Amino acid sequence: MKLMNALMSPVGRKVLTGATGIGLVAFVIAHMIGNLTYLSPDVNAYNAYAYKLMSLGWLFYTIEILLALCFLLHAVVGISIQVRRRKARPVGYKFYKSAGAPGKSGYSARSMIFTGIILLGFLILHLNSFKYGPGVAEGYTVELAGIGEVRDLRRLMTEKFQEPLYAFGYPLVMILLGMHMRHGVWSALQSLGVMSRRLSPYLYTTAAILGVLVAVGFLFVPLYIYFGV
Amino acid sequence: MIINLRIWRQEGPDSPGKLADYTVREASEHMSFLELLDVLNEQLLADGDDPVEFDSDCREGICGSCGLMVAGIAHGPQKRTAVCQLHMRSFKDGDTITVEPFRAHAFPVIRDLVVDRSAFDRIIAAHGYVSVTTGSAPDANAIPIPKDAAEEAMDYAACIGCGACVAACPNGSASLFTAAKIAHLAQLPQGQVEASQRVMAMVDQMDVEGFGDCSNYTECEAVCPKGISVDGIASMRRAYMKGVLSG
Ligand code: HEM
Ligand code: SF4
Ligand code: FES
Repeated sequence: MKLMNALMSPVGRKVLTGATGIGLVAFVIAHMIGNLTYLSPDVNAYNAYAYKLMSLGWLFYTIEILLALCFLLHAVVGISIQVRRRKARPVGYKFYKSAGAPGKSGYSARSMIFTGIILLGFLILHLNSFKYGPGVAEGYTVELAGIGEVRDLRRLMTEKFQEPLYAFGYPLVMILLGMHMRHGVWSALQSLGVMSRRLSPYLYTTAAILGVLVAVGFLFVPLYIYFGV
Repeated sequence: MIINLRIWRQEGPDSPGKLADYTVREASEHMSFLELLDVLNEQLLADGDDPVEFDSDCREGICGSCGLMVAGIAHGPQKRTAVCQLHMRSFKDGDTITVEPFRAHAFPVIRDLVVDRSAFDRIIAAHGYVSVTTGSAPDANAIPIPKDAAEEAMDYAACIGCGACVAACPNGSASLFTAAKIAHLAQLPQGQVEASQRVMAMVDQMDVEGFGDCSNYTECEAVCPKGISVDGIASMRRAYMKGVLSG
């Protein structure tokens, strides 16, 4: 009960968005690196990687459930913070300007709610296209040496990213993800109380680098498929 | 210099308000912004109009009474400067400057540019103090305090409670003010005794008063006349979590 109250306090709400946000960042980085196996000279590398993930069994499902919880909590608390701001300032300013430095409120910070909601919509479409898209039953299979017949995700990916909507829509959303991370990564560390006089400048830069790396890492594969094959 | 002003006029807490246009022809670049408003008020009184109400006391940047949104920024465009110390040399001849009250649900407008900031007093009353016996000044000096801790406590103690951080925050959060008070006392041995109760009570009061949550926009630090750092907010969160975990 006491813990629940603490989590619903102004500090607790930030600890929730921050902790779930960091969980999502970890997932997004792992997912991005996993996708890069598509580029491997071994054409079976991607499908073998996907198969190995699935065969982790209960560990895989536990991570999936934790991730789903992270997404849900993150979205609910994040959106509620943005809803509360209207209550906290019912009459707005006729004229307001950002005061600039040393404030760090750029486009990324101010658009968290928009990039977040777009990511939520994207997540649903993305799961529908890939995770719950055509699989073994629809004939998307491939024979892997020493493993047998598995789902051919690589074929699904190659087909999807021939369509301009996917090939260009995905990179666009990935740039928004990069922006969400540009503010999100250091903001989460600030929410969790990691930032300090000594660390802040480094962590602030790290967030920017991570945002760019993740966006570029993700958007490379769709463009490579569209223009490359 | 000639200065055009668009000032928020509102008769009382529940009456509707609006921006009204005025021109001050005899402004000087050596005037403070509040002196400009004084000149405007003399003009209004001479014309038989109601003067514009605004708060001020020390007019030297130390009391925290003044506070206006000037040209869209809390305390105006000059960094680390309370509006009483803002001079007209920050503006150009012929400029039109919008002046609004600090806006937040927890800072209701009383009249014109005057808002009720007693929500801050209630956050302090929640536990922004040290209630253990600390003795008199010589006793305090008998307790050794590392130089860095003393300096940091002093930096946070510089907060004058003006409310600009709330006014500038897109969420209307009072995190910087509350964190400054907590971080100030947390540096000192006399403050550490009640550190956990203090942070919990003050954070909860912030919520009760209806201030918004912090999204780490850091607009607060940018407008703070005393340059209070948002690092204090991270330290407030550390202290809060420590308080929760230690029961
Ligand atoms: C499900 C879709 C998502 C929504 C609706 C969403 C929404 C939000 C919102 C509104 C905020 C700002 C919270 C605030 O104002 O305090 C935020 C912060 C954040 N988001 Fe997301 N987000 C989503 C997905 C993601 C993803 C995929 C990641 C991982 C890359 C992520 C990482 C973060 C981080 C690290 C923060 C900072 C947390 C903090 O300030 O404490 N979010 N999110
Ligand atoms: S933290 Fe700065 S802006 Fe906020 S009340 Fe204190 S002095 Fe004013
Ligand atoms: S009037 Fe005292 S700080 Fe401005």
